Formats: sequence, C-alpha cells, structure tokens
Amino acid sequence: MIRLEGLTKRYGTFVAVDQIALHVPRGQLFGFLGPNGAGKTTTLRMIAGILRPTAGRIWLGDDDLLAHPMEAKARLGFIPDRPFVYEKLTGGEFLRFVAGLYGQDGGAVERRIDQLLDVFELTTWKDELIESYSHGMRQKLIISSALVHRPELIVVDEPMVGLDPRAARLLKDIFRQFVGRGGTVLMSTHTLEVAEAMCDRIAIIQSGRIVAEGTIADLREQTRAGNASLEDLFLRLTGGSSGRELAAILGD
Amino acid sequence: MGSLAHVLAPKWRTARARLRQERQAGGRGKLALLAVVALAFWLAVFGVLYRILAYFRGVEEIGPLLAGKLLGLVLLSFLSILLLSNLITALSSFFLAKDLDLLVSAPVDRLHLYLAKLGETLVHSSWMVALMSVPIFAAYGVVYRGGWAFVPLVVAVFLPLVVVPAVIGSATTLVLVNVFPARRTRDLLSVVTIAAAGLLILMFRVIRPEQLARPEGFRNLLDFITVLRTPTTPFLPSEWATRAVMSYLIGPFDWLGPALLWSTAGVLVVGGAGLHARLYPGGYTKAQEGAERFVHGWIWQALLAPLGRVFSVAKREFIVKDIKLFFRDTTQWSQLILLGVLVVIYLFNIRALPLFSGEQVPFYFVSLVAFLNLGLAGFVLASIAARFIFPMVSLEGHQMWLLRSSPLDLRALLWSKYWTGTVPLLVLALVITAFTNLLLKTTPFMMAVAVGTIILLTLAIGALALGFGAVYPQFETENAAQIPTSFGGLVFMMSTIVLLAAVIVIEAVPVYQYLQAVYRGQPVVLNWRMYAAFAAVVLICAAATIVPLRVGLRRMEQFEF
Repeated sequence: MIRLEGLTKRYGTFVAVDQIALHVPRGQLFGFLGPNGAGKTTTLRMIAGILRPTAGRIWLGDDDLLAHPMEAKARLGFIPDRPFVYEKLTGGEFLRFVAGLYGQDGGAVERRIDQLLDVFELTTWKDELIESYSHGMRQKLIISSALVHRPELIVVDEPMVGLDPRAARLLKDIFRQFVGRGGTVLMSTHTLEVAEAMCDRIAIIQSGRIVAEGTIADLREQTRAGNASLEDLFLRLTGGSSGRELAAILGD
Repeated sequence: MGSLAHVLAPKWRTARARLRQERQAGGRGKLALLAVVALAFWLAVFGVLYRILAYFRGVEEIGPLLAGKLLGLVLLSFLSILLLSNLITALSSFFLAKDLDLLVSAPVDRLHLYLAKLGETLVHSSWMVALMSVPIFAAYGVVYRGGWAFVPLVVAVFLPLVVVPAVIGSATTLVLVNVFPARRTRDLLSVVTIAAAGLLILMFRVIRPEQLARPEGFRNLLDFITVLRTPTTPFLPSEWATRAVMSYLIGPFDWLGPALLWSTAGVLVVGGAGLHARLYPGGYTKAQEGAERFVHGWIWQALLAPLGRVFSVAKREFIVKDIKLFFRDTTQWSQLILLGVLVVIYLFNIRALPLFSGEQVPFYFVSLVAFLNLGLAGFVLASIAARFIFPMVSLEGHQMWLLRSSPLDLRALLWSKYWTGTVPLLVLALVITAFTNLLLKTTPFMMAVAVGTIILLTLAIGALALGFGAVYPQFETENAAQIPTSFGGLVFMMSTIVLLAAVIVIEAVPVYQYLQAVYRGQPVVLNWRMYAAFAAVVLICAAATIVPLRVGLRRMEQFEF
C-alpha cells in the first residue's frame, strides 16, 4: 500500500534520509521507530507530500505521489506531531473545511463529523473556537480530521502525545479496527510498549537509514537477542545510553 | 538568581543569530536595498524640514517660535503614537510571549523581569519613531548650528521621552489585564487604538492645519505671537523636550526641561515596578484564560451559502474559511477602520482642492488632476493590498501541513486567495475613482479612461501583492500587521510604483491628444497612437497579473515545512 524506493532527503550537505526502501502492505499497522533526529518525521512528511524528496519515489496504492499527487493524496490521512490548526475556526468548521479539501460536503459529511466528535468526546466543544482547546483536544481534532474523508491509509507521527489514557486507548482501538477493515497505518512513535503491543511490523531508522525491519520475532533473530523486549532491541540497534551512564549523570 | 543581563541575553543572542543568518543567506543585497530606501526616506524628511526651518530662521522674532511650535507638535504626535503602540506591545511582551512560562517558573527576580520586559516593550514599540526622529533632529541641529554637542543632548532628551510612554503603556495594560482576560484585552486595545489613531488622523485633516499657519487669520501680529509663545501642552514630556532642545539651540539653555524629563521617567519606572510587583502575578494568571467561547458559525454558513452554487467544494470552503478568519481576528478587521478613514480623507482632499473656488477653472486642469489622480488612487490601493493581500500566503504558514497533505490543487488555493482579496479591492477602487471623477466633474472620456485603467491596475496590484507575498513569505510572524513591513512588502510596493508610473506615462499619450483636441475645439478622433497606447496598458497590466501569480504558484510548490 505504501512503497518507498531510494527515498532521499538532503539539506545542503546534511543527509536527513538516505536511500530508504520500504514496503508497508495493505491491512498492516507498521511501526516506524528511531532516536531523535534519525529522519522519522522527515520521511513521514515526504510520504504526506509536505516535503519534496531530493531523490527516490513514493507510491501510495497504485499512485506515484510525485507524478499523480492529487490521486495519491486523496487516499491518505496525515496526523502530524504538532497540532497547528486555524485558531479562529470552531472544531466543527475545521472538520467541514478539511472534508471540503477532499471535495466532500453535504449531509454525509455532517453525519461523519458528528460521529467523530462524539467518539472523541468533543461534541460539547463543536461550536467553540479552537483557540480555547487544550493540547490533547487539538490532537483529537486533528485525528478526527485525518479520518473525516475515510482514507485508505493513515500516516501518523507520534499519535499518543498529549492524549489522556482513555483517548490513547480509543486511538489504539480505532487503528486496530481500521487495519482490520483493510486500511493501512504507518506510525512513528517513541512509546515502545505501544509499538510492541500494536504493530504487525516495525522498521528502525538511524541516521537516515533503516537499520532493521520485520516483526518483533524477526528483529530478535537479526540481533540474536533471545527474548529481549522491544526497548532492549531498540537500544541495541541504535546504541542508546546504558542505565549506568544515566544514573551517573543524574547522580552528579 | 537570574540577573537582568541574563534574562535579556536570549533576546540579543536571537537578534545576532538572525543577522548572521541573513548575511549567510545572501542578505547583503537585501540589506543594501533597505539601506538605500531608508536613506532616501531620511533625506526626503531632512530636505523638507531643512527648507522649512531655513525659512523660519530668516523670519525675525516669530521664526524660532514657529520652529519650536513645529517641534512641539512633532514630539506630541510621537508621544501619542508611542503611548498607543506601547499599550499593544506591552500586552504581548508581558502576558502573551512564549518565553514567559520559562521566566515566571524560574527563580528570576520580579524587578529584573519587569525591567527586561519593559525594555523589550520599549524597543519593539519605539524603534520606528526613533529612526524617524533622526532626520528631524538633524535638520534642527544643522539649521540652528547645534554642533556636535547637540547629538548627546538629543539622546539625553529623547531617552526619557520614550521611557515615559513605555512605562505608562505597560502599567495601563497591567491594570486592564487584571480586569479583563488578556486575549479580550488585546481585542479591546486593537480596536480602541486603531479607532483613536483613525480619529486623530481624521481630525488633523478635517481641521485643515495649513490654514492655522497663516497669520492673516489672526486679528493682529501680537495675537499670533501670543498664541505661539503659549505652550500647547505644558504638562506633557513632549513640551519639556521641545523646551530643552530649543533653549539649547537658541539659548539660554534651560535645565528645567531635561530635569523634568529624567525625574518623571525615574519616578514612573519606580512606580511601574511597584505596580508590577503588586498586580503582575494576578494578571499573569488571568492572562492564561481563554477568550471567546461559542460562535455563531451558522450565520456565516447561511450568508456564504450562495458561493456553493458557483464554486467547487474546495474553493468554496477556502473562501468561507478566509472570510471567517478575517472577521474573527480583531487585529485584522479593525484595520478596516483605518481604511475607512483613509478613503474619507482621500475624498475630502479631492473635495478641498482649490479647483472650484472662485472663477471657472480650466477644463484642461481638472482633466489633468483627474488623470494624475489615477496614480494616487493606485498607490492607495497598493498600500491596502500590502496590508490585506500580501500577508495571505504567510498566514497559512503553520497550517501548510494540512494543505500540502490534502489533494488540494495549489492553483485553487491561490485562485481563492486572489479573488477573496481582489474583489473587495476592486469595489473600493471603483468607488474611489467614480467618486473623485464625479467630484471633479470630468468628461465621459476621462471617466471611461479612469475606470478602465483602475480596473486593470487593481487586478494587477492584487496579483502582485499575492505573488510577492508567496515569494517572500513570513511564516514565523504571528501578527499579520507586521508582515507588510518586511523586505518583501517593500519590494512589492516598489514594483507597484514602477507599474503605476509606466501606465501613467503610456496613457499620457492618448490623454494629451484628447485634451489638445478638446482645447482646440476639434472633434476627438481615436487614432492608431491612442489604440496602441491603450493596448500597451492592457498588455502591461495583463502581464503584471499573470506573471506574479505564476511565479507565486511555482514558489508555493517548493515550500517545505
């Protein structure tokens, strides 16, 4: 459903994303992990059509994103990590506007908006300006906006940031149901427990390159880590600080 | 504990880093252009004032009085501008700035926080007035031979003059925030200050100050001198500053002015700090409260419903969104008050032209004024476009992730923005042009030329504003009012002036031929020269419409976030 071929992004001499090749099949929840500054957000923003790749190709379904951006983007719902929205629109107006961007309007859209606001417990806030929403409420609104046009695939950057435990659980259920109905989710997260519990497959990116990819069992096999948790696998693959070093810093 | 220098360090480090970035990004050309424009402006102000003051210097007895009166008026207007701008700026720097959470939660001394934020408010609201005052004081210094010692004197006088409104503005805002929530206060202040500024401009124009300067309006010279000698506002710092400067230039030097200025500024800062210590914690807490809650979106939906029958869903939603955002943002719609004042003054000035007083004014002269008025109307429209259309692309900055990840054609976005901005501009252009031509009682030919040209010019000005706005976006600026004062805004205004000049020069050919024919009593015959000139204007305006939109579109396709 999502296919990346030789995807590269350079900023001057700095290579943020280096020749990434990845395939996320239909009906899967795919985790995209990596340390800060590894190139996760850059990759996701290229898939969403916000950044132009320096080289490489992106396929969303049967459509090449660069050659047929309109058709490719119509399949996609994107949830960014920073919820910037129009502060002077109400929640209901914002969702109506987003549906309009996908060419959808009328009674069906209004019903969908009401459903989504109800699911995310925002119904009482429907006619309030977004400037009075909390961070978590904005995040819920943006998740609703990614679902309002019934996308085939969702690309999501750090979905759990700012969500209360109830909303986080709800989102997990939504993603599982979405995937169960044949949808595809590509998700970047730092919450490794969430990734371990939810993802069918995982790719780990470091310094712009994919260093490991597969199911958790595949990753354990690749690293010969026995029954190690995803957290241990992640630290092993990305060379994270040992507990002793951290304790030394905090004890200073 | 954070010292004052430590609290201020991030500000000047940011300023230094921005300067370095500009230099690295090849900003030398930009800086040079800005310097040239600023210098030209300074020279123009200096030149005009130099001539006036040189004339005053030649007039015995009244000369120095007139020069003092003029300086008093200038400083008084500076003081009012500073007070208004400090009110608004203090709200951002003391209550809405992003660094406040960090500063308030850190063990920073309250006095240091107050002084740092007061300094920030002062610099942000006074730098333009300070720059403007340089050629003014320079002209006084040169004409009255102040010598080099005049420079430190002016600095010593000017400094307390900007401190006083900064303290008063900050204190007033502090009190207001304790009464209303900060965001409500911002809305209130933007409307009040803009309405006050508009009213001031309107009053200043309608009372016709040029008539007050004529001594023949007074019964005798003694009355005139008495009026000049009386200080207009003896209790205001502007008057003390005027006294200090003029007494230094003409002698004998009066220490009372500087003494009053410095002691008042000192007392106010101490008082302001005391007030801050008492009211700031409560005010800052209140500032965290939200503003508006429920809005009646259905009213807009009903009003704009007819759009749905004409445009595609995406275009309609875009136009509806832009209109809603404009009228819900007080800092945006309140500018319409100034726009209204501008139009009234414009028409008032045309009405006040000495064309219809007394004997019959030649038709030739009226037609010439009507024709040249096109350039002035074009300039007014360009200023309005700079304020309302130029920032349109920049204002989408933070939301560009949404627009770029959706299947919205950028052409549709640009198209919606172009017409949302240009249609109201066109209506305004037609009203101004038609009214002025009716006031001037021009012939149908001149009316047709004016209306046709202004339509073409408005379409081009709208496109230039949007195109340059896309080429020079200001995505980080949150206040739309600051966007037109950027480098891109300057380039847009200069390009528009070139367009206006080109159109007027080309159209001068057929208009001259027409006027010649009417003057000689010959029938007006449209010849090939006239057709060629009008065709050239159409071509130039069409190019100035299409090219900027295309360039803007290409630039938007390359935006990365």
